[in-house]
Amino acid sequence: MSTKMPLGKGLNAGLRAAMEADDKVLIMGEDVGKLGGVFRITDGLQKDFGESRVIDAPLAESGIVGTAVGLAFRGYRPVLEIQFDGFVYPAYDQIVSQVAKLHFRSQGRVKMPIVIRIPFGGGIGAVEHHSESPEAQFALTAGLKVVSCSNANDAFWMIQQAIASDDPIVFMEPKRRYWDQGEVDTESEPLPLHASKIVRDGTDATLIAYGPMVKTCLEAAEAAAEESMSLEVIDLRTLSPLDLAPVFESVRRTGRAIVVHEASQTLGLGAEISSRITESCFYSLEAPVIRVTGYDLPYPPSRVEEEFLPGLDRVLDAVDRSLAY
Amino acid sequence: MPDAYVADDPAGAFPLVQLLTPEGERVSHADYSYEGDDEAIRGLFRDLVLSRRIDFEAHALQRHGELGLWAPALGQEAAQIGSGRALLPQDFAFPTYREHGVALCRGVDPALLLGLFRGVELGGWDPVEHGFALYSIVIGAQTLHATGYAMGLTLDGEVGRNDPERDAAVIAYFGDGATSQGDVNEAFDWAAVFNAPVVFFCQNNQYAISASTERNTRGPIAQRAGGFGFDGIRVDGNDVLACHAVTTAAMQKARNGEGPTLIEAYTYRMGAHTTSDDPSRYRDSAEVETWKLKDPIERVKRYLLTQGTPQEFFDELDVEADELGKHLRETCKSLPDPDLAALFDHVYVDGSTELEEQKAQYVAFRDSLEPEGSEA
Ligand SMILES: Cc1ncc(C[n+]2csc(CCOP(=O)(O)OP(=O)(O)O)c2C)c(N)n1
Repeated sequence: MSTKMPLGKGLNAGLRAAMEADDKVLIMGEDVGKLGGVFRITDGLQKDFGESRVIDAPLAESGIVGTAVGLAFRGYRPVLEIQFDGFVYPAYDQIVSQVAKLHFRSQGRVKMPIVIRIPFGGGIGAVEHHSESPEAQFALTAGLKVVSCSNANDAFWMIQQAIASDDPIVFMEPKRRYWDQGEVDTESEPLPLHASKIVRDGTDATLIAYGPMVKTCLEAAEAAAEESMSLEVIDLRTLSPLDLAPVFESVRRTGRAIVVHEASQTLGLGAEISSRITESCFYSLEAPVIRVTGYDLPYPPSRVEEEFLPGLDRVLDAVDRSLAY
Repeated sequence: MPDAYVADDPAGAFPLVQLLTPEGERVSHADYSYEGDDEAIRGLFRDLVLSRRIDFEAHALQRHGELGLWAPALGQEAAQIGSGRALLPQDFAFPTYREHGVALCRGVDPALLLGLFRGVELGGWDPVEHGFALYSIVIGAQTLHATGYAMGLTLDGEVGRNDPERDAAVIAYFGDGATSQGDVNEAFDWAAVFNAPVVFFCQNNQYAISASTERNTRGPIAQRAGGFGFDGIRVDGNDVLACHAVTTAAMQKARNGEGPTLIEAYTYRMGAHTTSDDPSRYRDSAEVETWKLKDPIERVKRYLLTQGTPQEFFDELDVEADELGKHLRETCKSLPDPDLAALFDHVYVDGSTELEEQKAQYVAFRDSLEPEGSEA
C-alpha cells in the first residue's frame, strides 16, 4: 500500500511502527513528549505510548546519551532525539567514547542498540548552531554506524531498520526536507539499511549525494537533461559503512564522479569517497573526482546560506568542469 | 580564590558517620548501625586484607614491567568493601578504574582486573554476569550509565515491591575530582527528576591526581545532593562498618523506590594516583602520616583482637592472601596477548564490509611476513 506523506511524517510513522513492534523501544529527548519534538517528528507518540516510553528529558545532551547507555545495558532500545545538530557536541563524549566503544571493549558481551536522531543541515534560515552537518565526525568513529534518509519512503523504513539494528546508529535527518511529500510504500520489502541506491540513471557523469543534497542533485540532473546531458544520481543512504560498490560500478560506466554534500570540504565524506573511487576506478576515470561542498567556514549567517550551500548551479558547474577534461 | 574552604564542614551540617574509631572501638550513631555480628566483621576484614593484597601484587607486577600502569586503592579499602558488601546480587555497580575492592565483592576474579593495565584487554569480565560494569576511564561518564540503568530498573518494575530477593538498585562510584564534571551533575539531576534507584558513592580521597579537593569544589560534596533534591550523607570512608551501614541504608531506600542518595566517603589515597605519579610533588609527608593513623584495616584488626579473635584466624588469612598473590602473579603473565584479527569482529554486532575487507588485508599482510627466524 502506498501513501503520500511528508518525510517528517514518514519518520513519525516509522517510529510508531517500531514502538508497536517492540516494547523495549523508548524515545527520549528534549520536548519529544507533549510537544512532539520541535519538528513534531514524535507527534502523538507520548499520547499513545505513555510517558514512560516517550520520555521528556531534562535539558542535558550528555545526560540523554549517557543514560541511554545504562538503559541499553538493561535491554532497552533507546531512540534519542538531539534537538538540533549544533547541540550534539555536549553529548559527543558519550557518543564516541561510550556508545561507540562498549561492544568492542566488552568483546561483544554488551550491545548498544541506540539510535541517535539528529536533524541536520541548513537551508531553513535558522539562527546559528541550528544548521550544521557533523556527520563526518561520527562516520570516522569506529563502532558507530551513520545513515541519512533523503525521502519519505526511506524515512519510514530506515528509522525502523536503525531501531532494529543491534549496533548504535547515528541517524541524520535532512531537516529542510522534512516537509517534502513522497510516496511511502508501507508493505514492500525495503532495501537493506546499509545499501546505497541509484535514484536516477544516466551515462555522462555520476552525482553522489545523501540526505538533503539528493534532491538538489536530482534537480541538477533534470536541468542537465534539458541540455542533453545524462547524469546518474546515487543516494548513498549509508555513510558508515559506505556502500560504494554501486558507486564504483556507475563511475566505471560514466567515467566521471562528483560528490556533493553540505558539510565543509576538508576531511569531509567527499574526501573519503573520492579517494576510494580513485583507488578502485583509476583506469575508468576521464576526470578527477570533483567535490561540491560547503566551504570550510563555521556555518554562516542564514542570509548567505544559499551561497554557502551547494545548489543547483554549483553542481552543474562541477559537471561542466568534469566534462571539460 | 575563596578565603576559606568549607569542605571540612565547620558548621557541622554533615558530620561524619562513624561506627568504629581508629582505635578499634565501636561507637553508636543515631541514624545508622552495623547489623552484622563479629563473624561478619571477620568477613569484612578478610575482604579488606585481600583487596590490599591485590594492590600490593599489582604494584609489584607494574614495577617488574608486567603492567603498564596500576591505579592503587591503598587506603580506600573500607570505602570499597563497606559499600561493595552492601550490594545484593541483583544490584548493579558502575565503577571507575580504581574499584578493585568492589570488584572483589562482585565476584570478579581479581586477575581479570590486570588485563586493562597490562594492555591485553579493555575490560575482561562479563559486566552482566557480575552486575559490575567495565572500568570507566573517562571521569564521570559512568554516573550517567548508572542513572540510566536505574531508570531501566524502574521501568521494569524492579523496585518498590517489598521483595528482598528481587528489588534492585544501582551504585555509581566516582572521585571528588569527578564532581566537577558536567556528567556527574547531569546524573544527579536526572536521578532526582526520575527518582531513579541509584546511589552515588563518591570516594573523596582528597586528591584528583595532584589537585586537592578544594580545587574541585568549594562546599562539602555531600551538600550537593540537597541542591538536586535528594539526601547527602558523609561517612568516615576509613570505617568499613559505617560505610557498610550507610550504603546498606541508601541502597535499600533506592530499592524501595524512594530515590537516589549521595554518599561522600571521606577517605585518603595513601599511595600514588597511579604508578606514573609522584605524590611528593603535591602533598607533604606529615599529611600522609596523620592519615596512616586512621588506617581502615588496622582499626578492624584492633577491634577483632579485643574481641578475642584467635591468632589462627589471622594466620589463615595470611595464607589465603599469599595464595591470591600467587594467583595474580601467575595469571598476569599468562594473560594472552589479544589477536588483532579477532578484534575486528567486535566493533559491530552486525559487522561491516569495510571492516571485513580491512581484516582480510591485515591477515593477508601478516601471513605474508616471513615467520621470525625462518631465514637461515
Ligand atoms: C574526562 C577525563 N579527564 C581527565 C582524565 C585524566 N584523569 C584521570 S584520573 C584524574 C583525576 C580523577 O580524580 P578523582 O575524580 O578525584 O578520582 P580519584 O582518581 O582520586 O579516585 C584525571 C584528571 C580522565 N581520565 N578523564
